[in-house]
Amino acid sequence: MASTIRVRAQASGTTTDVQALIQHPMDSGFVKDSDGKLIPPHHIETVTFEHGDKTVLTANWGPAVSKDPYIKFSFAGGAKGDALTVTWMDNLGKTDTLAAKIT
Amino acid sequence: MQAGSIALCPNDITRRTTLRLLSLLGIAGLAGTANAAAPGWPEEAFHQKTPDDAVKLLYGKSFEASDKVTLEAPEIAENGAVVPISVSSTLPGVTAISILVPENPFALAATYTFAEGTAPSIGCRLKMAKTSNVIAIVESGGKLYAASKEVKVTLGGCGG
Repeated sequence: MASTIRVRAQASGTTTDVQALIQHPMDSGFVKDSDGKLIPPHHIETVTFEHGDKTVLTANWGPAVSKDPYIKFSFAGGAKGDALTVTWMDNLGKTDTLAAKIT
Repeated sequence: MQAGSIALCPNDITRRTTLRLLSLLGIAGLAGTANAAAPGWPEEAFHQKTPDDAVKLLYGKSFEASDKVTLEAPEIAENGAVVPISVSSTLPGVTAISILVPENPFALAATYTFAEGTAPSIGCRLKMAKTSNVIAIVESGGKLYAASKEVKVTLGGCGG
């Protein structure tokens, strides 16, 4: 299966700009399905971005983050060809990880 | 029903209470079968109804308004399910940024922890139940600074 994570990390000068998209339903637990039953909460809780052995950003998300979350940030350092590892974990214990190359 | 979009907006008090009870039951039910929270996820803070309570649990202190915090959000959001928000700051040594939506069922939407060298700027997309202020909290040098902006939601997360 294709990864749920799509990352674009671009080194420009001394910083690296990162944009990431994750495929995830992000069910809040407040929505009902067509039968009127509540869809249980199913959302990502933590996302980490690691460059080398350094965690450059940690995100903690609640159910108010939109479906298929998007995130944009930048960090100092990072060169073309370096790996940027993105990992998420949701409230059901599911997880996915992707090592993207900085371009 | 729009299962894919969000419905964070109970129409009246009894419905709200029922939903809350149901959601609590749902959470309790899940806890029995799977491990509920990812390590390090501040579960308590994410279940607070008011921004003040959430911030207190998260940081253990209160915040003050500052013009060094920039919050970019649309004046009017046509779709409450996807509201683009970005927060940045000119403060030095920013260690964390949190975003809160007081009118949502749970006030805290997202919180980000920055390593040294990571630019104090973040962009993301949030769900909003209805017209509400959005509050951005920036932690710098052990203190909390905030900016807020009202976002009008025309088509709420109600899916209605």
